Amino acid sequence: MNQPATANPFAGMKSRDALRETIVRWLLRLGTFFIVAVTVAILAHIMVKGAPVAFRSTWPFVNVQFLTELPSTLHVIEDVKGGRIEVEVNRADQVKAQLGDAFHSETTISYSGGGILGPIVGTALLVTVSISIALFLGVACAIYLSEYARHGNPLIEWVRLAILNLAGVPSVVFGLFGLGAFVLTAPVFVDVPADRSVFAIPLGFTTLSFEGWDTCVLSGGFTLAFVILPVIITASEQCLQAVPQGFRETSMALGATRWQTIRYSVLPFATPGILTSSILGIARAAGETAPIMFTAALAFKDKLPWQKDLPPLPADASIFAHWEQSVSRFLGIFTESVQALPYHIYTLAAKIPQNEYSERAQYGSVFVFLVLVASLAASSVLLRKRLRAKYRW
Amino acid sequence: MAAETSVPASEEPLIQVEKFNYAYGDHQVLFDVDLNMHSKDVLALIGPSGCGKSTLIRSINRINDLVESARVVSGSIKIDGVDLYASNVDVINLRRNVGMVFQKYNPFPRSIFENAVYGLRVAGIKDRHDLEEAAERSLKSAALWDEVKDRLHEMATGLSGGQQQRLCIARAIALQPRILLMDEPCAALDPIATARIEELILQLRGQYTFVIVTHNMEQAKRIADRTAFFYKGKLIEEDDTMTIFNHPNDPLTESYITGRLA
Repeated sequence: MNQPATANPFAGMKSRDALRETIVRWLLRLGTFFIVAVTVAILAHIMVKGAPVAFRSTWPFVNVQFLTELPSTLHVIEDVKGGRIEVEVNRADQVKAQLGDAFHSETTISYSGGGILGPIVGTALLVTVSISIALFLGVACAIYLSEYARHGNPLIEWVRLAILNLAGVPSVVFGLFGLGAFVLTAPVFVDVPADRSVFAIPLGFTTLSFEGWDTCVLSGGFTLAFVILPVIITASEQCLQAVPQGFRETSMALGATRWQTIRYSVLPFATPGILTSSILGIARAAGETAPIMFTAALAFKDKLPWQKDLPPLPADASIFAHWEQSVSRFLGIFTESVQALPYHIYTLAAKIPQNEYSERAQYGSVFVFLVLVASLAASSVLLRKRLRAKYRW
Repeated sequence: MAAETSVPASEEPLIQVEKFNYAYGDHQVLFDVDLNMHSKDVLALIGPSGCGKSTLIRSINRINDLVESARVVSGSIKIDGVDLYASNVDVINLRRNVGMVFQKYNPFPRSIFENAVYGLRVAGIKDRHDLEEAAERSLKSAALWDEVKDRLHEMATGLSGGQQQRLCIARAIALQPRILLMDEPCAALDPIATARIEELILQLRGQYTFVIVTHNMEQAKRIADRTAFFYKGKLIEEDDTMTIFNHPNDPLTESYITGRLA
């Protein structure tokens, strides 16, 4: 019974094979761990630097000022003893007067005071407009490609190729496209065409002038919509294709038209997946900087989009006049340029001298931005879950 | 028994298939099929897989139009003398008159009630009372009413396989079609569920004209008045079921029904 271990037919691999196996396994494992580590490091870094800006240790625990005020210039006044007082521009002189002889120096840091309400509102508006446009166009396109278009039609193959290519276009190119197409040439109804109008069609009571929408939410929203369209089209088409062909055949066999079939027996079952793809779209649209630089975003704006000066109504103005002004105020939101979070972060990081105050504003913005995108994504996931439970096959 | 109930040959056939040639792209699957189906008959189509029998019944309600590259090469299918592939035929209207039950039971992931009235809803019937009446009538016809009457608004996908297939039959007959096409309706069912479907077909016979594709020879014997045997896209022979199974004319038919056809 004194057989050597090698006589065992199930003994382990030869040591060289075993070594190679171990090396490969550890290489793959390290690669994976590295990615996880980097992700965790980024998130932790932003948490550590950003969370103290957005939160407070005392009630209400959230930095209300940071979330509800517009950005402003921060004045830091230093007294002779080295103490520092942070104030906004209106109170700077008052503080200096109080200090009197104790006043030593004053530093101003652009955009780093106040809060980031302007960028939050701007990003929310841009995302809403772009996702609405992209979902409408993208789902329409996906339905056409999946349900109506015939395979092998050369035109359709070209369309698919175009969509694939669209996905690979750098976002700054979309920005320039948006500048040319929406800011400078998109059609508007005006009484008198501007000098820069490319082309004007008189319609009698008004003129359709191709003079552009100027930099505004609408221009930026449309540009962003084209950035995220390829994602939405491709994902929506996959979701439509995933609906069993049997549903279509059964529906048509019961005398439904093609559109009824799509409406009742295809779209409802593809919706959860389409919503998932729109999450990706939202995150992308919220994060893009280049497409909105030329089309919608400003580095600084001291008003929210709806705080526009409209002529005051006379005291005896009819309810209709009030209503009309509210409508024009609402529509005006979309024709205003705005601040946006990614552009605000870019401004803070690249356009002003760096110091502890600008860094604080910057990390605070990044943190809020991350939380916003994450909560948007989370709500879409929840919605998808509920829909999936409802429509399962 | 089948021979006794069949319609006298003198009567005008309901469905006439004449010199029908059908292809997917360049691949022809039906060759010169000539077949008459009489009103209220139960016709079984048998033959090995790929012989074109499914294509034939899918051409009768033109659901095969959905398959890209599918096309009629020549010939015609007529119902009451009207060519189904004529340009003035509305496929929607055709499909309301020619119901279909598929191989895989496939109710929509909706409630039992919504499944039963789907055809009526898309036909534009909105009145709740009419829909409820129609649902009850068709579920009763499909021998499903007693099992589901208390849970009409539960998901249809929660039913057993056999119940789901009977729901699909109920869904098809809710439109009161004249013809019911069944493409291997029992292929995905166990023997007990299969027996119930066969029972149902025997109950409904005389109300509808059935065209049933089946791989189950015994099933054809049990339910069909007439049987047609297809081989490689050609109709080999069509006759009374008993004749086909007891005294087939063609040696091919005989070797198929005895299981000797390679």
